[in-house]
Amino acid sequence: MNILVCIKQVPDIEQIKIDTSKNVMLIEGVPTIVNTFDTYALETAVKVKDADPATKVYVVTMGPEKAKEALKSCLSVGADKAYLVSDSVLADSDTLATSYVLGSAVKAIEASEALSFDLILCGKQAVDGDTAQVGSQLAEYLNYPQITSALEIALDGGKVRAKRETEEGNEVMEAALPAVVTITKTAYEPRYASVKTKMAANRAQIPLLTAADLALDTALVGLNGSAAKVVKTFVPERKKGGVKIQEETGELAADKLTALLSNAGVI
Amino acid sequence: MFFNEDHEYIRDLAREFAEKELAPIANEIDQNDEVPQHIYDTMAEMGFFGIKIPEEYGGQGMDTRTYVCVMEEICKKCIAASLIMSSANSLSTAPMLLAGTEEQKQKYIPGIASGKDFMAFGLTEPGAGSDAGSMTTKAVEDGDYYILNGRKTFITGAPFAKNAVIFAKTSPEKGSKGITSFIVDMSLPGVSVGKHEDKMGLRGVATSDIVLEDVRVHKSEILGEIDRGFITAMKTLSVGRIGVACQGIGVSQGAMDEAVKFIKERKQFGKRLADFQGLQFMIADMEAKLNAARLLTYNAAYEMDMGKDVTKAASMAKYYATEMSLEIVSKALQMHGGYGYIKDYPIERMYRDARVLTIFEGTSQVQQMVISGIVLK
Repeated sequence: MNILVCIKQVPDIEQIKIDTSKNVMLIEGVPTIVNTFDTYALETAVKVKDADPATKVYVVTMGPEKAKEALKSCLSVGADKAYLVSDSVLADSDTLATSYVLGSAVKAIEASEALSFDLILCGKQAVDGDTAQVGSQLAEYLNYPQITSALEIALDGGKVRAKRETEEGNEVMEAALPAVVTITKTAYEPRYASVKTKMAANRAQIPLLTAADLALDTALVGLNGSAAKVVKTFVPERKKGGVKIQEETGELAADKLTALLSNAGVI
Repeated sequence: MFFNEDHEYIRDLAREFAEKELAPIANEIDQNDEVPQHIYDTMAEMGFFGIKIPEEYGGQGMDTRTYVCVMEEICKKCIAASLIMSSANSLSTAPMLLAGTEEQKQKYIPGIASGKDFMAFGLTEPGAGSDAGSMTTKAVEDGDYYILNGRKTFITGAPFAKNAVIFAKTSPEKGSKGITSFIVDMSLPGVSVGKHEDKMGLRGVATSDIVLEDVRVHKSEILGEIDRGFITAMKTLSVGRIGVACQGIGVSQGAMDEAVKFIKERKQFGKRLADFQGLQFMIADMEAKLNAARLLTYNAAYEMDMGKDVTKAASMAKYYATEMSLEIVSKALQMHGGYGYIKDYPIERMYRDARVLTIFEGTSQVQQMVISGIVLK
């Protein structure tokens, strides 16, 4: 079994502060982490490896050179090999462009490792952009079946069965392999690295794939190749709490309401 | 200056573990007087019990500075959780690494490094604390065996230890030059443990007496040479002192963090406590002393990694880091006012936990004797 986990390096959102005077996020100096849902996806893959040691777990990310840190973190908790897709032409790609890049990376890694991935796992969404689109778009690009928001998976005879979370309750779906499954918060927590695996990960060689290596059409990537345009980002104004009138009788409540309206100069 | 990228990587790992797993339950560990097994299991899987232990004996084979990074991060949140780990990396294994045979190392160290088989360190006796050489536990030769009789006291982890290194007099007339160290299987006939001591702090790890009554220990379990055990004990303690210094700087930083958070939020007389110059001066004083303690500790670890004799450096680190920890946790508690005196705030526990640091593994006064002894030699 060969599993590829797609991950994203994101700012640690718990440490982001907002400058309320300027209404902007203070992102400077905020540490980066592996997107939380991606850590569940990786743990899900590594659990498959625990049960079947012949399984190989690969990770890939698209991002700047610094994203190697996130890949090393994945290598320290069970991934066997990591690939970084990095190229300045890819900056500011939207989800559609990203899925095109990742889909091309899937093919390139399969070619260079002389294997084919049976299963591709993604976190259900990234905690920074929160779009939850890349996993699905990647499945569409590859023309693979997809199951989103899985809580757990089981592999059996060329199929993946996943329990997926919906707003109405959980449902069980099955898909033929190869498939893309996106993972939500699982019942289990990702494992910790050990001193040894952390050191080994720090020394690991992480192959780099550029736009040229993936033979990408540069018109379809980066800011210009993106279908979605970000017009503006802003912090929504906080709604102020309304006035709640709770009196013993309707009459008293009406009195209070008229008094408030009168004091406010409305009536 | 003391650390490279690897050290920082491992420090990050330990910090993540301490913040996620220890901080939320540190007060619970104190109140229940028990470290949950799953904490030890995770620490074992992460390799923390064998950080400094050579790889050929199942350890991680890392240096003292790596050990220092992990100890410091864990002790910021919970010193109790560091006790078994520090013991495994020093008191439990140093005697064997210093004086053991290859067979003994292969037999005992892997179990300690994996966190499965705890090895206690039995030196202190009811009447022999700082003056360890005056111990009265005796070992008398009898064919292929030695027969041990005596009582060891304040032994960390004694109730759950699988084995213990026991120091006993083989030539009582020779004083400290007549002491031999033995590896004693805690399940041997005649070995028993006393009551679980009800400690002021560092609650969560059982401490008790080990009582030896006609315990027959085979000669293959003698650690090092006959009558040379005291040297092993003293060398082991100088390794352990760096660990205690880490506990000092760890708890000091933990207390600083709590104090800084508190005085930035708490308002009196219409402004934050942090805006009062009196408290600002206290914070500056604490920070400077903490960093001086940290540099002494890091330096001792660095020198040990460079293969130098660290007797003086380790004693200075232990002495200063633990004395300063008492001052720093006390001031941090003072800044909390009445809130520092109730168990809802971690500083109350830290204050009690820190108190033993100037006492165990050589009191501050013993450290002063060691330091001045070397300076005045």
